[in-house]
Amino acid sequence: MLSRIAESLFWIGRYVERADGTSRILDVHLERLNGASAQEQETVTRELLTIMGVPQPEEYTLGSLLNTLAYTRSSTHSVAGSLGAARENARRARETVSSSLWEALNTTWYGLGQHRRDVVGTYRFCHWVLERTAMIRGLADSTMSHDEAWLFLELGRSLERADMTARMLATRESEALGLSWVNMLRCAGAYESFLRTQRATVGEEHAGEFLLLDRLFPRSVLRALQDAEECLMALDPSYQRVGFMDDARRIVGEMRSTLEYSTPDQLAASLPIFLHQVQLSCARASEAITNKYFSRGQELSWVGEVS
Amino acid sequence: MLVHMSDLFAGYAEALQGSRAWDEMFAPGFTLRTDYRPVERVLEELSLDDVTARADSMSRTFLDRGVTFDYAGEERAWPLDIVPRVIPADDWDVLERGVSQRVRVLEAFLDDVYSTMSVVRDGVVPRALITTSAHFHRAVHGFRPAGGVRVHVSGIDVVRDAEGIFRVLEDNVRVPSGVSYVLENRRAMSKGLPEAIGSVNVRPVEEYPRRLLAALRKSAPSDIEDPVVVVLTPGVYNSAYFEHTLLAGMMGVELVEGRDLVTRANKVYMRTTDGERRVDVIYKRIDDDFLDPLHFRSDSVLGVPGIVNAARAGNVTIANAVGNGVADDKLVYTYMPDLTRYYLGEDPIVPNVDTFRLEEPEAREEVMDRLDELVVKPVDGSGGKGLVIGPDASPAELEELRRKVLTEPRGWIAQPVLQLSTVPTLAGGRFAPRHVDLRPFAINDGDDVWVLPGGLTRVALKEGSLIVNSSQGGGSKDTWVMSRPGAEARPAALTEPEPQVHVVGDDWPEELSQSPLDEIGLLPEQQQQQGGASC
Repeated sequence: MLSRIAESLFWIGRYVERADGTSRILDVHLERLNGASAQEQETVTRELLTIMGVPQPEEYTLGSLLNTLAYTRSSTHSVAGSLGAARENARRARETVSSSLWEALNTTWYGLGQHRRDVVGTYRFCHWVLERTAMIRGLADSTMSHDEAWLFLELGRSLERADMTARMLATRESEALGLSWVNMLRCAGAYESFLRTQRATVGEEHAGEFLLLDRLFPRSVLRALQDAEECLMALDPSYQRVGFMDDARRIVGEMRSTLEYSTPDQLAASLPIFLHQVQLSCARASEAITNKYFSRGQELSWVGEVS
Repeated sequence: MLVHMSDLFAGYAEALQGSRAWDEMFAPGFTLRTDYRPVERVLEELSLDDVTARADSMSRTFLDRGVTFDYAGEERAWPLDIVPRVIPADDWDVLERGVSQRVRVLEAFLDDVYSTMSVVRDGVVPRALITTSAHFHRAVHGFRPAGGVRVHVSGIDVVRDAEGIFRVLEDNVRVPSGVSYVLENRRAMSKGLPEAIGSVNVRPVEEYPRRLLAALRKSAPSDIEDPVVVVLTPGVYNSAYFEHTLLAGMMGVELVEGRDLVTRANKVYMRTTDGERRVDVIYKRIDDDFLDPLHFRSDSVLGVPGIVNAARAGNVTIANAVGNGVADDKLVYTYMPDLTRYYLGEDPIVPNVDTFRLEEPEAREEVMDRLDELVVKPVDGSGGKGLVIGPDASPAELEELRRKVLTEPRGWIAQPVLQLSTVPTLAGGRFAPRHVDLRPFAINDGDDVWVLPGGLTRVALKEGSLIVNSSQGGGSKDTWVMSRPGAEARPAALTEPEPQVHVVGDDWPEELSQSPLDEIGLLPEQQQQQGGASC
């Protein structure tokens, strides 16, 4: 398929997942923020925005937090901005994505402006975004052939998901945010899954392990990295006796095995470092994929004049 | 037949009395034309609330599906009026033959212009007519494109004058657009007015993408077994981008931008995730000027350097061919009747609009005296660009126009103001007559010219306005060509005398109805192409 289209699909996957992850994080933190003092709100906002890695606003108020994470259309760090960017990419790849997928993205984009931008409105907004992104994912899965185009979509989604779950976990690590494990698990939609898996015999302290390492829960970091790895293998199945030619696969695989084969003690002791590494790996893998599949580095351009 | 109209038609009869134009739905005396009966029957049942709700729902669907056009930098839903424009089977027969004839003449003319110019040698047109055309490109002189076709897709604009005669207003053989709206309008109308469309035999339009793909594949360079077809778009900011995505999607081929293509050793490749892949047929939706910085505008970033040389070498088919603009030059248009006789030995089936050539001194003199009652158009414009309607223009505008025409008479033609026919259109809470034109689309695969039944009907939404362009507040209508097998729906006793369309040569064979087998015959090709293009 065309490199340009592949790139668009990869980014549709990333942006939709980013909107989903950001909504989850915002939703769960709003609950606490709402009742906090102005002083506390400022600390929490500052902390949260740093973890999300977004450009810092001029002042740290509840309003600026909502704007930066939910409503600003000009930045792809916000939910609205991500969904807008996903729609724009779909517009450029419209003949490749199924019409249902395009329509879902398009109507979502039109629906962005129909929410009150206060705290209560934002709860509803986050909930609405989760529904829409679920619908978008579902339509992509059920109306597109699982061919190369779909693999790029899936690849972008998995990488972004690993990154987002890592950030979710990072917000739990921050003292200031004071998020309980129960809320953390709810944020990832993993609460029931966790309880059923652990049968309530072990303590909540294993919740972090679950979100990081569970091989079956779809939003765990490990599982997301596995998914990304599978996509990369399917995209370039060439077999080599020794080593990897594919940088992205090497980066993702390395991160995955580091997580998989670290002891619980190692993980517990330096969780923030692991989380940071995950985010870094996702960024580097994304770069490697760009170089391999989408690069226009050697593109010819005509600069001469006609004599 | 006297009609008992709902309130929606209140005032329509009066409005018609004040109009000199031909009304498509009502004959003089407010008599309903037979082919409109099913439509009228459905509309009669509806209240204003019903009609408004349906119109809203259609426009909402367009917005959701992204069927939009750019209006002042904003995406607006494509404007579709709820009343269809109906074309009786007999009228369509004539139009279809006329359009097809027109395409064959234009094809022959272009082939001649870019080879021996016998049309000049034989004194049919002056040499200067061709060589002074802004779209005569010497870069493509002296070779016949791979596949031998130049006018793969054309849009022949026609209007119906006050006497009910269809006339060709202009030919579009460069990059005619609008066919996607024909497909989308039909889709929307089958949901917006299902009772009406279900009760009549309207000829379908959805086979267009299949026909187009088949024609494009057929015109591929001859040594290619399974040609790779792509659609070349200027990109997402082009106002017709929606159409490009729709056609590429429905044909199951790649939609490429200039930067996705690269030429090497006179062959064209596209950059894919698997490396470079050879391209055989390019359905070009870019203006010639921007196509190849080697030959045309060197500052173009939309084009592909070297693509014209690749076409000259016969390694790629560009559809429509480069240089076609010389044929839809409006001054060449004035010679179309002569060209028809010269190339085909036939008289034109659908006549031209009477036109003054302003480079001829006598004509120019007359036009200068009557500027305020004529329409003056630039010869190389399209989409109503630069056109001046005399009666609507201010004295200052007319003075400006006079100056322009006198500076460059070759650049202009003048025509009488035509009373375009009218169709009832929803405006201000009821139906009112509004002027329409029609752009039928034709596909030429080298052996046959196929005309899409109907075409794009554009309607001027402002009262009395003759400007139908969507960029200037125009809307559209679904165009229903009645099919002949449904003739039993029209008892002979009720058939009114149909308007006499200017017909020459009554010995044309009866148009055969579409055989379902023809369509099936096209299918396997389509599937192969999809398989081949999904890389």
